[in-house]
Amino acid sequence: MIPGSFEYHRPSSLDDAIGLLSSLGEDALLVAGGHSLIPMMKLRMAMPEHLVDLQDVQSLKSITVDTNQISLGAMVTQAELIASDELHAACPILRETSLQIADPQIRNLGTIGGNVANGDPGNDMPAIMQMLGATYVLAGPQGTREIAARDFYEAAFFTAREDGEILTTIKFDTPTAGHGWAYEKQKRKIGDYATAAAAVVLTVSGGVCETASIGLTNVADTPLWAEEAAGVLVGSALDEATIKTAANAAVAITDPALDGRGPVEFRKHIAGIMVQRAVAKAAQRAQ
Amino acid sequence: MNDQTPISREERIEKLQGLGCSRKRVEDARFTQGKGNYIDDLKLPGMLFGDFVRSPYGHARIKSINPEAALAVPGVLAVITAEELKPLALHYMPTLAGDVQAVLADEKVLFQNQEVAFVVATDRYAAADGVELVEVDYEPLPVINDAFKAMDEDAPLLREDIKDKMEGAHGPRKHHNHIFFWEEGDKDGTEKALDDADVVVEELITYQRVHPCPLETCGCVASMDKINGKLTLWGTFQAPHAVRTVASLITNIAEHNIRVISPDIGGGFGNKVGVYPGYICATVASIVTGKPVKWVEDRIENLSSTAFARDYHMTGKIAATKDGKITGLWAHVLADHGAFDACADPTKFPAGFFHIVTGSYDIPVAYVGVDGVYTNKAPGGVAYRCSFRVTEAAYLIERMIDILARKLDMDPAELRIKNFIKKEQFPYQSALGWEYDSGDYHTAMEKAMTTVDYKALRVEQTENRAAFDRGETRSLMGVGVAFFTEIVGAGPVKNCDILGLGMFDSCEIRIHPTGSAIARLGTISQGQGHATTFAQILASEIGIPAEDITLEEGDTDTAPYGLGTYGSRSTPVAGAATAMAGRKIRAKAQMIAAYLLEVHEGDLEWDVDRFQIKGNPEAHKTMKEIAFASYNQAIPGLEPGLEAVSYYDPPNMTYPFGAYICVVDVDVDTGVIDVRRFYALDDCGTRINPMIIEGQVHGGLTEALAIVMGQEISYDEIGNIKGATLMDFFLPTAVETPNWETGHTTTPSPHHPIGAKGVGESPNVGGVPALSNAVHDAFAHKGLTHTQMPHDHWRVWKVAQKLGLTD
Repeated sequence: MIPGSFEYHRPSSLDDAIGLLSSLGEDALLVAGGHSLIPMMKLRMAMPEHLVDLQDVQSLKSITVDTNQISLGAMVTQAELIASDELHAACPILRETSLQIADPQIRNLGTIGGNVANGDPGNDMPAIMQMLGATYVLAGPQGTREIAARDFYEAAFFTAREDGEILTTIKFDTPTAGHGWAYEKQKRKIGDYATAAAAVVLTVSGGVCETASIGLTNVADTPLWAEEAAGVLVGSALDEATIKTAANAAVAITDPALDGRGPVEFRKHIAGIMVQRAVAKAAQRAQ
Repeated sequence: MNDQTPISREERIEKLQGLGCSRKRVEDARFTQGKGNYIDDLKLPGMLFGDFVRSPYGHARIKSINPEAALAVPGVLAVITAEELKPLALHYMPTLAGDVQAVLADEKVLFQNQEVAFVVATDRYAAADGVELVEVDYEPLPVINDAFKAMDEDAPLLREDIKDKMEGAHGPRKHHNHIFFWEEGDKDGTEKALDDADVVVEELITYQRVHPCPLETCGCVASMDKINGKLTLWGTFQAPHAVRTVASLITNIAEHNIRVISPDIGGGFGNKVGVYPGYICATVASIVTGKPVKWVEDRIENLSSTAFARDYHMTGKIAATKDGKITGLWAHVLADHGAFDACADPTKFPAGFFHIVTGSYDIPVAYVGVDGVYTNKAPGGVAYRCSFRVTEAAYLIERMIDILARKLDMDPAELRIKNFIKKEQFPYQSALGWEYDSGDYHTAMEKAMTTVDYKALRVEQTENRAAFDRGETRSLMGVGVAFFTEIVGAGPVKNCDILGLGMFDSCEIRIHPTGSAIARLGTISQGQGHATTFAQILASEIGIPAEDITLEEGDTDTAPYGLGTYGSRSTPVAGAATAMAGRKIRAKAQMIAAYLLEVHEGDLEWDVDRFQIKGNPEAHKTMKEIAFASYNQAIPGLEPGLEAVSYYDPPNMTYPFGAYICVVDVDVDTGVIDVRRFYALDDCGTRINPMIIEGQVHGGLTEALAIVMGQEISYDEIGNIKGATLMDFFLPTAVETPNWETGHTTTPSPHHPIGAKGVGESPNVGGVPALSNAVHDAFAHKGLTHTQMPHDHWRVWKVAQKLGLTD
């Protein structure tokens, strides 16, 4: 559990960070909170020659909430997401999800940017961002570009981010006031990845579901946006039978691996249960 | 020197902080401030670091080892392999179980992460870089990961080094992968009882391979002083004296030239009893380089290479009458010992004290046989927070009792009560040869059942089951009952030794002139709070306040010889030695007091902290006064000073017991189990420090929860260890841990000087069957007889699925 040797860089601006990535090339890796990368380095599964640490880049640390859009800097920590009452008022699923990530010590360091950019299917925020329809802003030597969270993930640890690019901002439309939300995650213990987890945001009007979106965590080699499952809910009274149909539709797109959390069959089953419970809870919370 | 302020007798007792006082732990001042001194805190000038190259294969031949690239790393000084150790005859070392274990793999590897080469470097970073660059060429061999296949006719030969040695340490070996067969009891009589019985239940009950997983991993610093020829070995040793003797026997360094020091130890739980290749390699490296060498494992190394626990496949059969009186118990164990037999048991007992398996019940006839086998798994088989193989035995009997209760359609608590050994039967001779010293099982069980209102729980469960069947809930309630009898305090030298070293223990006391004291013991605390509790024993024995007594352990140059701390033996054995040494002090003190008060010894009586003249308590000498007198008065017929030493050979084991009852709610859709309530009643005899007992019970129950709900060290078909990190190996946090309720009865041990029995391990022994029985109980009405641990989410869901409770 001793990493190989590397050079450590700590730029104080985004431009400096991009410049370092360009000049150091593919032997350089970005580090944000470090809670994915450093364990990989200790196991020598990652052996970067250069680490570019983003923690001094102040421009990546803001949370902006307005009526139409929410914008999160990549270096905002999970603890800061939890602490922001303004964010919680506008989009409460972020606090609910952040509180289910690891433990307080890790949340003090772990960042939203690292969580979504690393491409680890076990991370919780990618499915949340897919579910919310978020856009990621990437900055590189050629300037910035935007990509939908739903298009970002290619396979485990493979994303649309190019070498030399930095994910700087996550933005999404502020969810409709009065929406219902829930993140239901089954895990073996604090600090574990999900056996399966489901994120739901929906709106209800006159007892009928008007809009719905569902994201799934750790049940495939990427996060999943369960579009068809959400479609089943829209127009329904969110009755038990409909919720079950939606859950089955969600389960149908999952492709989890056998691991210590259980066999494939079980993890698919739990994905369905988490969807059912998340939808039911969101329906209850919707105003 | 007379104490100035007269205080009441009650105040004097309180001031002592002796037996029965919830004195705060003196160790915690440093532990809670991060000021403990653990092995990795030790830094010596010029200290080098060693790190292992480990096998990626479960079974493979080593074709070549090339250290060149590693040696080219700046800071790497040496790469040691079996070839380097052979001339010293150190490539194998003796195990505590009479086998040998490869220090560094000799021609082949037998388990994944086995030690292959030892890289020595100026710092741990260079050592780790060197490890990456040692090139080892392996030829993979077929793997045995299933103990049931180890003795197949065509099973691959694992131990080529002993292939012609068909007589093992415990008798003949019947297959090249067989280690021993051991049996106890009346086989014919038990078979007859089974044949004649109204009812027989039989079940294969596996206690899965787990790991003690102490927070601090194993490690050492070896320092050979080439000027004076003395070797100092600091390490995470639960038995420092035994390590010294073994080190002397292995290395041929004279024992007086070896000093073994155990600093603060961050938990042991049996994992730190054995001798590991790291200790030998660090020592050799220090001898070669003349510099101190540190070796400390990381978490993966700890979980995958230093001693595991359990891995017992137990088949039990109980014979009973139709009204529930047990008439016989038969058991056979297939014991998976991994690649080398490195179990830590008293030498004569290759299956430890597994023959406590008759438990708390008056069973007229019993038989147990154990076969040990080699597999391609890490060696070990230690007593993980239990006395030797006692938790396995308790799990078997307590599951079997529940299974019998189902078969007879009896309440499991009622069946237990019906078969308990009665209070008047103690001392009780068990069918498998133990003499239970004392017990009052009926009272303990009754108290536990009353505390939790057992009858009401069963009523609630009936309602829950009906509601479940009506589709009103997806949660099933289970009530788990376990009643265990432990056997701890190994043990009497006549039948307990480790490598020929009798399992006595010791205490040496010196009283200082001003009336304070130092006591040294042959044991070593790993978090148990010895410095707190042993001072309390002494305070009550010699009348010196506990806070005025320093307690030291763990340095073989200063502490008297003892066999260390494991198997709940410290209080039963070293605690007894402490009391006995204290009594020697008191006997001499009485002579001094008699001289000072100018009376006959027989005219004096002991009172809390002083000797007083019978009928005239005003005429007295306090221990403090006596201590000073022992240093400044020439007393005819007495040597100056006030010191004593006691080596205590216990006449018998002690037999703590307990009644545990818990309530769980099982979510059949997710397999998630909520432990709603857990009540643990322990009877550990005389209670020295109730607060420490409660803490021990909390810790042991949490480990029991971990084992039942998720801990498992398993291997895939090609010998890869699965889950050797804390991501997968279940170590509960405060969040997963339920509220533990504790209670007690007190049945003092009749043969122990203060009546104490040991408690640290009881909660693991009783907690595992209680929790597992509760999970089984939740599904019992749906037809579940037995399902193997761990009861983690997916396995529990599988049970529900098989019973048709979920889709």
